[in-house]
Amino acid sequence: MIQSNEKNLNLPGRDPLWYSRLFFFLITLIIFFPLLTTVEFYPWKLFEDKSTEITLNFLASFFPPEFSFNFLLMIADETIQTIAIATAGLFLALLIGVPGGLLICTRLSLSNIDESPNSLGSFLRYVCRLLLIILRSVPELVWALVFVRVIGLGPTAGVLAIALTYGGMLGKVYSEILESGDDQYLKNLALNGASRSQILMYALIPQNILELVSYSIYRWECAIRSTVVLGFVGAGGLGQQLENSMKMFNGGEVCTILIMFIFLVFCSDWISKWTRKKLI
Amino acid sequence: MHTIKLQNFFLKYKKFGQSTISLALSDINIDINEGEHVAIVGPSGAGKTTLLKSMVFALRPSSGNLFFENVDPWSMPYKKRHTMRSKIFLSSQVPHLPARQRVVTAVMAGKLSSMSTFSSLVSLIYPQDILGVKKALEYFGLEEKLYERVDRLSGGERQRVSLSRAVVSQSKLWAFDEPLSSLDPKRAIEALKQLIKIATDRKLTFISSLHQPDFALNYFPRIIGIKDGSVFFDCSSSKVSSGLLENLYSTNI
Repeated sequence: MIQSNEKNLNLPGRDPLWYSRLFFFLITLIIFFPLLTTVEFYPWKLFEDKSTEITLNFLASFFPPEFSFNFLLMIADETIQTIAIATAGLFLALLIGVPGGLLICTRLSLSNIDESPNSLGSFLRYVCRLLLIILRSVPELVWALVFVRVIGLGPTAGVLAIALTYGGMLGKVYSEILESGDDQYLKNLALNGASRSQILMYALIPQNILELVSYSIYRWECAIRSTVVLGFVGAGGLGQQLENSMKMFNGGEVCTILIMFIFLVFCSDWISKWTRKKLI
Repeated sequence: MHTIKLQNFFLKYKKFGQSTISLALSDINIDINEGEHVAIVGPSGAGKTTLLKSMVFALRPSSGNLFFENVDPWSMPYKKRHTMRSKIFLSSQVPHLPARQRVVTAVMAGKLSSMSTFSSLVSLIYPQDILGVKKALEYFGLEEKLYERVDRLSGGERQRVSLSRAVVSQSKLWAFDEPLSSLDPKRAIEALKQLIKIATDRKLTFISSLHQPDFALNYFPRIIGIKDGSVFFDCSSSKVSSGLLENLYSTNI
């Protein structure tokens, strides 16, 4: 009578996905090994006599760490600047990332809810996606070099560099987080006529809030670490101080600054844990 | 006036990993009038959910037509179709409620389509219409959970939250997919009676798929039996004999 009536009893006894799985596993291996030789990955060289000596000498110069009052005062000042660069940079990045992420999120497209074709919408989403790709594919170091030239040495260049690269990253990851979970939550509302902003407020955000928050805080941590590299090109903060100390071969100062970085990352980790606990 | 009219409605789908095309719904012709109460019964996998979703244009037909209030939603632009959705309330079988949402917010989400963007934003900061939500919960004996978080509720309580959503919504048509599946028999009857009472008072069109044929027989004037994606019977409940039900649920292997 109808096709669904016919019981298909000759199902294969073997997992139908086996061959494709095997294929992708082999492809990964084939790609991976030449890559290792390309990057000259020879870890045993680390343990040759000459290398160990260099490493040990370098590490020995770290001790004792520099703890003089004047130096610590300066480090405290630079630390505040580092945190300020990372925070301001991330805030500006949010101004790019949040609207960008919402624009490219397919879950927020009304035409996608009942799979209606909407070429204009997909085209606009594609353009926004492209913009975000461009923003984040230029490393923050390159943006910083550009801005240092345009507006001169100092934290502003660092802030703008972080804002642009991280804006691109946040937008992409936010939209992917919103697209990752079960789509029944949003369909429940969408199929009853809720608007896109309502779907966002009442389904997507409450459903994914933990991932969104912890990713944002993680990006803040990345921004703090990123200021090291940006400092090297003159974009302010602890990084700039690190570069000065390294130039002077002052291992003790380098060590103190590294300890400060570890402390900052530790703090960010703690803040992330604490916020998640509050939200759960 | 016909609220829903399905005409030679077919819905095809492709089974995962297979090239053959199967029919989820095959040549469905159903008219449902405004204010009618209809139950959809049938064995698991027969197409009850698919039919329900097709009726409220949540699933696009492969061929054939659907008319909702005498217009074909699939022939209009998607934005217009979406606007029409505020007239319906579709409740899925598993109530997908965000875990960290509170009951008051989760229920309020049922009337979003009649709220402005601004007032729905304000509602997240301070819930509007707390009394309305409380009243809706009272129908199902759940008012004491008003400020409880959804993930602290049992499966049955979540389902009742989902039913309360329907009560606060301003829709003209209710489409429920097995609304009583996680409720114990006593609660189930109470909830169904409340739903029918509200639907009658508001003159709503009320369509529900049901796992329990006796509920359908006792509380719905019209019953549609679905088997293998086709209409097996569509008649008033007084004409449904036990033999007919037997045939509906029997599997012919």
